[in-house]
Amino acid sequence: MLPLYQVLTPEGELAQDIHGSLDEATMIKMYENMVTVRMFDRKSINLQRQGRMGTYAPFEGQEASQVGSAMALAPGDWLFPTYRDHAAAIVHGQSMARVFLYWMGHMEGSLSPKDLHIMPPCVPIATQLVHAVGTAWASKLKNEQQVSLAYFGDGATSEGDFHEALNFAGVFQTPTIFFCQNNGYAISVPFSQQSASKTIAQRGAAYDIPGVRIDGNDIFAVWMTMKEAKERALAGKGPTLIEAITFRYGAHTTADDPKKYRDQEQVAEQWRRERDPIARLRTYLERSGLWNEQKENELTATAGAKIDAALAEAESYPKSRPEDMFQHVYAEPTWMASEQKNELVQPAKKEDIPA
Amino acid sequence: MKRKLTMVQAITEAMDQKMAEDSRIMLLGEDVGMNGGVFRATEDLLNKYGANRVVDTPLSEAGIIGAAIGLAMNGLIPVVEIQFLAFIYPGFEQIVSHAARMRYRTRGQYHVPLVIRTPYGAGIRGPELHSESVETFFAHVPGLKVVAPSNPYDAKGLLVSAMEDPDPVIFLEPTKLYRAFKEEVPEELYRVPIGKAKVVRQGTDLSIFAWGAMLRVAEDAAKQMEREQGVSCEVIDLRTIYPLDRDAIVQSVKKTGRALVVHEAHKTAGMGAEIISIINDEALIYLKAPVKRVTGFDVPVPQFSIEDDYLPTPARVMNGIMETLTF
Repeated sequence: MLPLYQVLTPEGELAQDIHGSLDEATMIKMYENMVTVRMFDRKSINLQRQGRMGTYAPFEGQEASQVGSAMALAPGDWLFPTYRDHAAAIVHGQSMARVFLYWMGHMEGSLSPKDLHIMPPCVPIATQLVHAVGTAWASKLKNEQQVSLAYFGDGATSEGDFHEALNFAGVFQTPTIFFCQNNGYAISVPFSQQSASKTIAQRGAAYDIPGVRIDGNDIFAVWMTMKEAKERALAGKGPTLIEAITFRYGAHTTADDPKKYRDQEQVAEQWRRERDPIARLRTYLERSGLWNEQKENELTATAGAKIDAALAEAESYPKSRPEDMFQHVYAEPTWMASEQKNELVQPAKKEDIPA
Repeated sequence: MKRKLTMVQAITEAMDQKMAEDSRIMLLGEDVGMNGGVFRATEDLLNKYGANRVVDTPLSEAGIIGAAIGLAMNGLIPVVEIQFLAFIYPGFEQIVSHAARMRYRTRGQYHVPLVIRTPYGAGIRGPELHSESVETFFAHVPGLKVVAPSNPYDAKGLLVSAMEDPDPVIFLEPTKLYRAFKEEVPEELYRVPIGKAKVVRQGTDLSIFAWGAMLRVAEDAAKQMEREQGVSCEVIDLRTIYPLDRDAIVQSVKKTGRALVVHEAHKTAGMGAEIISIINDEALIYLKAPVKRVTGFDVPVPQFSIEDDYLPTPARVMNGIMETLTF
């Protein structure tokens, strides 16, 4: 079994000297980001329960993986999220209002700020990994100093596209970072039933790609591993496969009941108690004199206000018009779609029907 | 300068000239580099444009098409070769779930100017799964364009248009016609527009709609009907499967009052059904007889000992014409 890379232990202690590689401002930003996205996630579940949002995929428990990896990116880098990686998207610059919009069923929820390459959440499994190879390959061909970061879960590693992406990235040495959040379950199927491989990271060896297995609840390990992967990619040394071991406390989506397939309360409680990514960083920051109760209260107040403002923005967004579905199918609409749009907008009237 | 080229030479020339003109264009596929493609469609392009622009990829249709989507989103224009249409299925999800939808999903923020070239169709004595004609799969998916030339001139002009199209184009090359005949092809770069059919033979008694290799079959049948029965058939090469040229279809049916669709794809849910539907919508009252289809059968394309019995022949087309005329 490949060793698990860890920098910040679950007890909030440093497992290695990080002097010079991680400054205090970054640590505080990490903490603020993680708390903010957790509040966002909880708010989203509530909104779904209240019927103000559609089915939602929560990520609580996986904040260190998403926040730490996205924080290691530069603005020009490409980000390919799945439907569970809105925390990463938000940290990379996606507005929370857009994320709300996406889950409220607005097509404009996929729009991202113009100068950021944030892809819409990918719903099919593992298919976006090959796109991340393509965009990275183009960056390399154009001599642009950009990496492409693709997120996926443990289940995705059973898909053909995972292998095809790693193979292509290895052959063409593309600056792609494959970031697996191994949360132990593909909906209900545990990793032990997903694969006979002991780890996902070891699969890098098959493609001669460095494979790293890290504590995905340790944001320092995530960030430092990402930094190294980025440096390697930008130096023309090709892709990296990162396996971050983590856990989602809640359901696969708000439509799913994990009690059916795992001992939900017990397992989630244990992870929450013993390995939580936010709690361990808070412990470390408090011991280092960088954090206290007052700062915590200020943070939750500010973050709460930001989330409320984003929600207000999303809920006041103009209602989509039926004819919007006909936009952006092609650069120029086809005659079929144009006519169908007219039928939708101006349906036949009863008096037009011959007697 | 006037010179005659085969269809595959015309296709090579289209890529060559566009690559010379536009450095964003790159070719990807299995065997497209050193080997110049199994049908030699990319011959010598590796020597001319180098390994960054003509790329022999791993044997992986999802990898090729998926990576091409990323390349297209990040500013390049990939032209992908899939060795045979029936090999495209591992990349099918990438085509329908991503290439076709990227513009829609991103509300126009990203688009995928991608051309997927692939030989298709029977009649080449190929092994199993080298002869399929499944254009319907792609015509059914919003966001894709589907093109199938029937001659060298159109092949070059349509492929140039495909490489300039901002949307993904499935470019179906009738394998049987790659080297079947030569035709005058202008040396300069020219375009044949996507979405426009062509009347290849004027007629007054009946309209025949076809594309790809079946165009020749339709033409042969029309000639023979004229010679033997004095029947005047209009033959229309649709050239684009999606979006169909409705005006050309309707105009011709209004003139002749009778129509026949010829395609080598399976009959059920083939494009013939769609064409008949357009005729019903737009020209029903002009019809003197129901529109007939002469097509491949609803069976897997058989291996080559009976391949010719699967394909529409001029004789089958003539039978179809007679049935329509004597209704």
